[in-house]
Amino acid sequence: MGRPGLAVDLRDVMIRFGDFTAVKSMNLQVAETEFVAVVGPTGCGKSTILNTVTGLLKPAAGDVRIFGKSLTGLNGQSGYMLQQEGLLPWKTAQDNVGLGLVFQGSSIAKAREQARPWLAKVGLRGFEERYPHQLSGGQRKRVAMAQTLIMEPKIVLMDEPFSALDVHTRRLMHRILLDLWQADRRSLIFITHDLDEAITLADRVVVMSAGPASGMVADVRIGLPRPRDVSALQTTDEFVALYREIWSLLGAEVEKSYVTQG
Amino acid sequence: MSRRGRVALTQFAIVLGLILIWELGVWAGLIDPFFFPAPSTLVARIGEWMSTADFWTDIGITLLETVLSFLAGIWIGTALGIWLGLSPFAAEVVQPFIKMFNAIPRILLGPIFVIWFGLGLTSKVALGVTLVLFVAFFNTFQGVREVNPVVLANARLLRASKSSLLRHVYLPSATTWILSSLRVSVGMAVMGAVVAEYLGSSAGLGHLIAQAEGVLDATGVFAGIIVLSAFVVVLDAIVDCAEKRLLVWRPAPAHES
Ligand SMILES: Nc1ncnc2c1ncn2[C@@H]1O[C@H](COP(=O)(O)OP(=O)(O)OP(=O)(O)O)[C@@H](O)[C@H]1O
Ligand SMILES: [Mg+2]
Repeated sequence: MGRPGLAVDLRDVMIRFGDFTAVKSMNLQVAETEFVAVVGPTGCGKSTILNTVTGLLKPAAGDVRIFGKSLTGLNGQSGYMLQQEGLLPWKTAQDNVGLGLVFQGSSIAKAREQARPWLAKVGLRGFEERYPHQLSGGQRKRVAMAQTLIMEPKIVLMDEPFSALDVHTRRLMHRILLDLWQADRRSLIFITHDLDEAITLADRVVVMSAGPASGMVADVRIGLPRPRDVSALQTTDEFVALYREIWSLLGAEVEKSYVTQG
Repeated sequence: MSRRGRVALTQFAIVLGLILIWELGVWAGLIDPFFFPAPSTLVARIGEWMSTADFWTDIGITLLETVLSFLAGIWIGTALGIWLGLSPFAAEVVQPFIKMFNAIPRILLGPIFVIWFGLGLTSKVALGVTLVLFVAFFNTFQGVREVNPVVLANARLLRASKSSLLRHVYLPSATTWILSSLRVSVGMAVMGAVVAEYLGSSAGLGHLIAQAEGVLDATGVFAGIIVLSAFVVVLDAIVDCAEKRLLVWRPAPAHES
């Protein structure tokens, strides 16, 4: 039985592609209002785990429970922000944000009305009528974020959403994301390869071992007080200590991934 | 002066020069006006035509045929392109047949359409449709096939139904392709209408030219060709406007902005 209060509960999940075992045994529990970051070396199966939670992939063994119920088919409770650009180039920022609402049967005018406050929330007031090619990379990421969050999914999945951005833009995105999450807490699984980012944002950091046949090697609670000051946090002693602790685990796995993957 | 202005001026000068040489050549007896009637005669003839009601009826009929075959061709071609673009099995089955039909010189179908549909509007539109259809089909097919997979995955993750995907993802993606071939399609529609008129009809620009040709009236043939060119240029300009309006979301090509 799944523990009550758990939004996502992966138990001994194994994922195979044909003969290739990508993930051997993954355990991941995320509570209803919890922000969990998953870090791990490249190719260890982080995206694969998100695809499993969303129901796009079926585990070869183990149990996927969403709010205590075994997942069959697609996960109706999750919103997934992809790593790559997924905005429709022929729709304006506001129409892109309201896209999910339109897909649910809402009228275009109504979707726009709901989309505008969301654009304001991600700091894009005045950019409603812009097309994606008229926005910067960071602005497009914000539109994509609003597009996912406007659907108010109970479980938010983000796959390295900010990895393509420069450091300053990334800080800005962290602040926006934390503000949004703070105002309306949901379970959030955040994939990243950047340990700084993981510790800054999350309540817990889950470290995966190097692939193939990966699993969970550590689950570290981040006790840093909230709300957090994204720019000042990195220099505090607690932060540095946490960084050292997790890096001692993650660094070894990254080392291993170089050996196995060349 | 801007580069654009200089280009236009040079073009104008070339045309003016050619017309002048032509006109003077006829006057000097160097060019036989039976084969190459003087520009002034052509202008006079077109002016003469413009004062008759028949001429405007001819233009109206050719325009109607062009528009009808354009719309029908785009519609059928797009529907076919979407269907085959979304169904790899059907595409594989139908592909050789489409190639075969497309290989037929469409002009040869003209007489057959006249036999089937008579001398009226239908045979002209039918020929135009067979020309426009393939342009629209190939472009739609390509557009549907080349939808960005990440965009598609994202729309699916936002729980788009099949019909939503069609309306918000596949069709707009295909539209860019269709629009970029719009000028070709319009040209095809005009060609279908005029050639079919030329082959057999009682009205239209093609008919006008065929009539002049029947009595070895070179002035009439040249004048008809000039009117036809002007006709296409006007349609082209309209298409240009439509294209700009429908593709506002696209980044301007680097060399233009
Ligand atoms: N469709 C697939 N077919 C076969 N193997 C796959 C497939 N998708 C992923 N894999 C393999 O599964 C492993 C995990 O892939 P995944 O994309 O989850 O890695 P990741 O941790 O997200 O890496 P990165 O940090 O580089 O994005 C990799 O070795 C990859 O080659
Ligand atoms: Mg990945």
